[in-house]
Amino acid sequence: MSSLVIRDLHVAIGEKKIVKGFSLTIKSGEVHAIMGPNGTGKSTLAKAIAGHPDYTITGGDVLLDGQSILEQEADERARAGLFLAFQYPSEIPGVSIANFLRAAVQARMAEGEEIDATAYYKRLYSKMDLLKIDRKFTSRSVNDGFSGGEKKRCEILQMAMLEPKFALMDETDSGLDIDALRIVADGVNTMRGPNLGVLMITHYQRLLDYIVPDYVHVMWDGRIVKSGDKSLALELEAKGYDWVKKELALATA
Amino acid sequence: MSQNTATLSSAPPFDEAAANPVAGIDQTKGDFQYDVTYEFDAGTGLNENTVRYISSVKKEAPWILEFRLNALKKFQSMPMPTHWATKDLENINFDKIRYYLSQGQKPKRTWDEVPDDIKQTFERLGIPEQERKFLAGVEAQFDSEAAYSNIKDLVAKQGVIFANSTEALREHPEIFRKFFGKVIPTGDNKFSALNSAVFSGGSFIYVPKGVKVAQPLQAYFRINAENFGQFERTLIIADEGAELTYMEGCTAPKFSTSTLHSAVVELVALKGAKIQYITVQNWANNVFNLVTKRGVAHEEAEIKWIDCNIGSRLTMKYPGVVLKGRKARGEVISIALANDGQHQDTGAKMIHAADETTSNIVAKSISVGQGRSTYRGIVHIPKHLKGCKNNTECDALLINTNSRTDTYPAITVRGDANSVQHEASVSKVNEEMIFYMQQRGLTEGQAMSLAVNGFINDLARQFPMEYSVELKRLIDLEMEGSVG
Repeated sequence: MSSLVIRDLHVAIGEKKIVKGFSLTIKSGEVHAIMGPNGTGKSTLAKAIAGHPDYTITGGDVLLDGQSILEQEADERARAGLFLAFQYPSEIPGVSIANFLRAAVQARMAEGEEIDATAYYKRLYSKMDLLKIDRKFTSRSVNDGFSGGEKKRCEILQMAMLEPKFALMDETDSGLDIDALRIVADGVNTMRGPNLGVLMITHYQRLLDYIVPDYVHVMWDGRIVKSGDKSLALELEAKGYDWVKKELALATA
Repeated sequence: MSQNTATLSSAPPFDEAAANPVAGIDQTKGDFQYDVTYEFDAGTGLNENTVRYISSVKKEAPWILEFRLNALKKFQSMPMPTHWATKDLENINFDKIRYYLSQGQKPKRTWDEVPDDIKQTFERLGIPEQERKFLAGVEAQFDSEAAYSNIKDLVAKQGVIFANSTEALREHPEIFRKFFGKVIPTGDNKFSALNSAVFSGGSFIYVPKGVKVAQPLQAYFRINAENFGQFERTLIIADEGAELTYMEGCTAPKFSTSTLHSAVVELVALKGAKIQYITVQNWANNVFNLVTKRGVAHEEAEIKWIDCNIGSRLTMKYPGVVLKGRKARGEVISIALANDGQHQDTGAKMIHAADETTSNIVAKSISVGQGRSTYRGIVHIPKHLKGCKNNTECDALLINTNSRTDTYPAITVRGDANSVQHEASVSKVNEEMIFYMQQRGLTEGQAMSLAVNGFINDLARQFPMEYSVELKRLIDLEMEGSVG
């Protein structure tokens, strides 16, 4: 059983404060959804936890299995079991998905240990079969010229291969049509289980129809202002974010 | 990765290296040297006596001495080409260079005869013994003479001559004299004149009519003496219908004072012949690498240069093909990597001199940190020719904002019966891309080297297997060192 504890986290980009006292604990097996309007700090939160160099942590802590990860480089955090499914995955021309993943898997092995190529490809193909991804896919350059749907599937495949303890999924539904959304959601649901904790960031309730969360949190102005179960997402859908805004205004008045 | 299609200069020219030749050079990496007792040493500096000394040590025929002395005069009378490329050339101190060193006169024939300390150096260079099984012949140049030369029976039986310059000019003048210094005349440029005056080592190869050499011939060499200029001379002749692939690779240890490497490579592909010349080089950061490479392709012949430049302080190299016969084909595939304190000024020359000749240039450059890369090319198609084609592609990759890249394509095409195509792109490895890869568990250095390997992937695939592996290893090493 692993845990990811985000404790009173404050994040700034340059002088601008974005995340202002965000706290949340995620345990293995749990799926948490973070919802909120644009500009409220959802993506910043995900990138800051993953260790993006542009984001400065000005307060609080992030603990993976009790250990603070804030001193670690992004790659150390990744190898420790943190995975970020990007909203806008980068293109890496000339590097095939198979080779990229191979390098990523190799990076997780002890020094002097060499990847077993046969076993690697066997595992890669079994994951692809599971996610219903065509074998030809992995010979293409990472995200290079991919459609929105292909990019997200590529993220899911990487997640499946790297088997993180915790996955931060940043607007995984953005730019997807309904068929692509279903395929991606199926992939996540396949991976869901006692060894994986998920923090799912989304703008719309739509994704939550396919990946049903255990907990739903509403983020506003850099922190969680309301938490509940999946019914909160439906309520939010019906009443809109203005409802949260009003409640918040009442509470602080 | 952002792309546009223009020349991009993002930093003023650096002159730090001019002020202090070793500033910013990481001297900890790959720095190894072995004691070698040189039996022949021409001392430092260059004058008529140096040239006479070299020629007498090599027991050369009078015509070669004359050729050298004539070249010396040309070298001394020609100005430095500093007006167009870089002022850094002015920092070469010709008086402090040793122009000739040799371990002995006769190249070693078998592996057992090679001295142990030289074997040790080869081991550090990663030349595995089993490679001998795969390679048809190995001409491994150690300093200015071949320390080890082994032509497999198979190649010799086909009538192929594979020797160093001294041996070839002495034993086969009837074959080599005719073409020697003809593709690249002595006075082509100041450094070809210098090479012509003091050349030693290098490979001379003759492939008889119709003979197709199945395995690539290979030469490894490196500089292992401080202040020692290496002036190897290579001449490859593929007779009618013959085919040959030649590979050269070099690594060099680091030194605190400048070292000059100035080679001349001439290729002659007679009617219907094919020559492929592959270079993967990794010079130390203080080496001036000023090389003249050119080939002449006769009717329906094909010459292909695959040229990969990593390291050196300044490289100026523009492999060329003179397309002399109808339907001749020329190709230059070039990769250049300029790291901090390095300047890669590379490109290609395609001189169309017959109808229906075609040429293709694909040049990729990578600039890291303060590294600077320049593409300089000439494509010349005169008006009276018909059915000529050229394709030129130049792609530059910049790693961090201080890098500089320039493109100077000079394409002269006259007449309307010919076609040319030119494309250029500049891309950047941006922070987001590196973060993306780091998020998958790769270190910053691994991420950079993957991005660079991806950029050159389509070209690297054209290299023979062992060379593309070596290339990848060299890039990994360079990128490791570039992460601050």
